[in-house]
Amino acid sequence: MEKEKTKILEISKTEYIIFLGAAVLPFLFFNSFYIQGLLIFIMMWVMLGNSWNLLAGYTGQVSFGHAAYFGIGAYAAALPYFHYKISPWWGLLYGGLAAVILGYLLGILVFKLRGPYFALGTLATGEILRLVFGEEEWLTNGHNGILYTTTWVSKYPYYFIALALAILSILSVKMVMKSKAGFYFLSIREDEDAAAALGINTKKYKNISMAISTFWAGTAGAFYMIYMGFIDPEVVFALHNISIITILIGIIGGVGTIWGPAIGALVMVFVQELFRSAIFGLAPHWVSGLHALIFGLLVITVILYLPGGILGDWDLIANKFKFSKRMRSSS
Amino acid sequence: MSILTLENLTKTFGGLMAVDHVSFSVKEGEIFGLIGPNGSGKTTIFNLINHYYTVTEGKIFFQGIDITHKHTHEIAQLGIGRTFQKVKPLKRLTVEDNVMAGAFARETTFAGARAVAQDVLKFCHLDDVKNMKAGSLPIGGRKRLEIAKALATRPKLILLDETAAGLNPGELDEAIDIIKKIRDELGITVLIVEHIMKVIMTLSDRIHAIAHGATIAEGTPAEVAKNPLVIESYLGSDYNVENYLNA
Repeated sequence: MEKEKTKILEISKTEYIIFLGAAVLPFLFFNSFYIQGLLIFIMMWVMLGNSWNLLAGYTGQVSFGHAAYFGIGAYAAALPYFHYKISPWWGLLYGGLAAVILGYLLGILVFKLRGPYFALGTLATGEILRLVFGEEEWLTNGHNGILYTTTWVSKYPYYFIALALAILSILSVKMVMKSKAGFYFLSIREDEDAAAALGINTKKYKNISMAISTFWAGTAGAFYMIYMGFIDPEVVFALHNISIITILIGIIGGVGTIWGPAIGALVMVFVQELFRSAIFGLAPHWVSGLHALIFGLLVITVILYLPGGILGDWDLIANKFKFSKRMRSSS
Repeated sequence: MSILTLENLTKTFGGLMAVDHVSFSVKEGEIFGLIGPNGSGKTTIFNLINHYYTVTEGKIFFQGIDITHKHTHEIAQLGIGRTFQKVKPLKRLTVEDNVMAGAFARETTFAGARAVAQDVLKFCHLDDVKNMKAGSLPIGGRKRLEIAKALATRPKLILLDETAAGLNPGELDEAIDIIKKIRDELGITVLIVEHIMKVIMTLSDRIHAIAHGATIAEGTPAEVAKNPLVIESYLGSDYNVENYLNA
């Protein structure tokens, strides 16, 4: 019977090279805190992108409120520090767990909804948390936020922690998608009623997907708190800057692909920075106000021409280039 | 011995009586036909058995177990497979993966699920398209895929909801052949809803006819076809049944 051995986790040569390359990357920019900082953000977005992609891309539950889990992770790290001076570093342990618990509780509500209604439900949960954390000052210090003096000045330790977490998030998604649970996630994405008729406990598997997804979102939030040293509700529960960017990363990189979120994070942070800094100060200042517009155009372009995202439609892109090369050589 | 028993099954949607105190009992190993005009409640009965809809009144027993309030996936795990009239392929998965998703109901390993899927694909004449995306199958293939998915869960009873509708004559014979083999070779009890008389009359051991949600007749195909109520409400008064019985 054991003629077909399915390994729990297979890491290809290319993937090892990418991991190694990512580990070398900060040393190439040893003289620029700015770029090292961007690299750290890319890793954080990889975590969030993976988190969203498992739930939305693979399980078909499109969340518009991932900021809720990111924020709760950040506050799970920050609140014990604020009230009891417990180091926020412990947040890396319980930030994810707090998000899982919140995800389970919110899941009781939002999993009753399907399709666009699910998206709207999650959108609402994110916004509700933002408002609650802004108003309940006795608990959260409200809009004043929570401040923490970061542990290191050097970016290297933060980068390697973020890189390790990002790699773990990629591998965890990869591992789950190789298992029976992954098979069930895909079935639920394709047709929830048909999945139930095949004996799949859709509620249970949606919750499993939610738990893994929220764990990484919460961990990313806790990391953000530790790295930035400051959070307030408007930042970590932000609809546009967290929830929507997370979705864009998934869509641009390739929904339902293992490496899509990583590529999406790379592209998004680059584009965001390009416009935020007005093309590194070369363009007039008002260009920096355009980044939301550019995101919109980017998404429209991707949806129109690459509906599978950069990775999902890689063949299409490759063919385009081959085609234009042939055109050039023939002319 | 009866494998599935419906007792006074009733379902109302607001003021509409979709299923009105229907009772019948399917014996183990038979092909049991459920017929009725459009909108008479056949698919609703299927949806009640699978608990897509919650029963308003009455009870459903499967092998003596009350399944009236069990979850859809529990009912599938107990051994009731079903197909959908409006086919529901897992579009972006391959045909093989579709069937494997069903096979995982009883198998825990990939190798085991793949082996079950292989047998089922062969049985349903789908093994040469197994690497195609389910969404790109033509309708005949999709209908057979519905059966394959249900069979992969290794059911004791299979509910077939108009699996022959929309097929061309060649595909129709193929479908009839497959349904016959489901009972004869796999030993699975079949509850079938079908509009095509050729299918229902040649296959069924017994037929239960409903109209407007209520029972009008039950018996062998010949008995039911001669029943004046059935002829009037279902086939129409100028319909000549004999042609189909002798076909």
